[in-house]
Amino acid sequence: MSTHFPKDQEFLLPASRTFIGASLFVALMLDWLPWQGIWLALKPDFTALVLLYWCTHKPYRVGIGVAWVVGILADVADASLLGQHALAYSVLAFGGIVLHRRVQMFDLRQQTLQIFPLLLLAYAVYAAVHWQMRGYIAWEYFIGSVVSALLWPPLTILLQALRRPRANSGQL
Amino acid sequence: MEHTQSFKFFNRGPSPAVRLIFFSLLSLLLLFVDARYKYLEFARGVIAIPVQSLQHLTILPGELWQKAGTFLTAQSTLIGDNAQLRQQHILDAAQLQQLQTLQAENLHLHNLFQVQQEASYPMHLAKIAYAGHDIFNRKLLLTRDERSNVLAGQVVIDDRGVVGQVTRVYPLLNEVTLITDKDHAVPVQVLRNGLRAIAFGSGDLSELSLRYMPISSDVQEGDTLVTSGIDGTYPPGLPVATVSRIERDPAYPFARIRCTPIAGVDKHRQLLILTGLPDLPKRPQAVPEAPAGQPKKSSRKNP
Repeated sequence: MSTHFPKDQEFLLPASRTFIGASLFVALMLDWLPWQGIWLALKPDFTALVLLYWCTHKPYRVGIGVAWVVGILADVADASLLGQHALAYSVLAFGGIVLHRRVQMFDLRQQTLQIFPLLLLAYAVYAAVHWQMRGYIAWEYFIGSVVSALLWPPLTILLQALRRPRANSGQL
Repeated sequence: MEHTQSFKFFNRGPSPAVRLIFFSLLSLLLLFVDARYKYLEFARGVIAIPVQSLQHLTILPGELWQKAGTFLTAQSTLIGDNAQLRQQHILDAAQLQQLQTLQAENLHLHNLFQVQQEASYPMHLAKIAYAGHDIFNRKLLLTRDERSNVLAGQVVIDDRGVVGQVTRVYPLLNEVTLITDKDHAVPVQVLRNGLRAIAFGSGDLSELSLRYMPISSDVQEGDTLVTSGIDGTYPPGLPVATVSRIERDPAYPFARIRCTPIAGVDKHRQLLILTGLPDLPKRPQAVPEAPAGQPKKSSRKNP
């Protein structure tokens, strides 16, 4: 595995604006599905994951500004305080951009360990805002960060597969 | 593409750290303003229009699935349902007759005591569009009918009791805070003896609590709590909760009283919004009280 090229060095189609937008859109829609009961507690933050993917793989295309705007949309949709998701996603995007070279060097398992603290940080922002508003720390928020981190490898594989040129896979 | 990007080295704008500081400060500012003041409601309403129409899209598959389900329901179940509903209707009608007698009697008694009669309130059926996604902050969003004049503060009920209160009005949806929400309080009365109390939400969907009730207060397990109506927001007499557990620990000044909401707080697809708030008599003006205070002082001086 060490002699193998890192995943991102293989030839991928340039990520078009439409593709990035569509992936973020789909992630937001997944977040907005009517989750109920135990699934709500376990719900991973798809938007955060897709943002993090683009921040680590295309740090000059998707940055903190995009993350902030997406966060505002998530805030309005959740009827939460305006700025809560925006702040969390901005911090997450910053982490992704700072760590993007390191994350690209590793394989998926190591990447997961690298991005888990970033997700934890984003969820800590939610918990901190909650604590400021309600006066107690809600540990249940952090279940979501674990589930999100576990979802990183499949999501990366999926997005990489979508960015790979089609014809090649047929001929090989 | 991968390599050409590195040549754009010089026009990348401010560094990530600067951007992070800028956007974090902006978010913190928004958080502060949104938590303390009401300035952002308009902006929220504007952003809500596209966002909430997209959210309608996400619940569409579920609704279609349900519709297909009901379409394919066997006739036998429909016949069964119909028979059951008919029976229910007969029972309800019988009770309704009693209610009419009771209402007449009540009116009579009210007239005797010369107390203003509480009218019944206009209500309006609304469908639940979706529930909020934050596990600690369960808001319901109801579809909004253009013709109905729903305002923030109005009460939402189901067929059994109070569900919550409209807290925000968007162009397309109404946001409802449940009575079980951590921040929410309902003024109630124990039906058995008229004891007034305030039911606070616990953050858990199946629990309310009566806080600040002395250990000696006359509350029993199984008591029904109804709205007292003295706050001017909730009309009187709507069932809210039943007392489920009482702990009277002499070490604490207050009893721990747990209640179960009567309404299906997390159950329905459709809810009722009471669109007419009760007309309270106007609060007495503070001005006439001020001169009344002065003679008191003088009367104190006199002796």
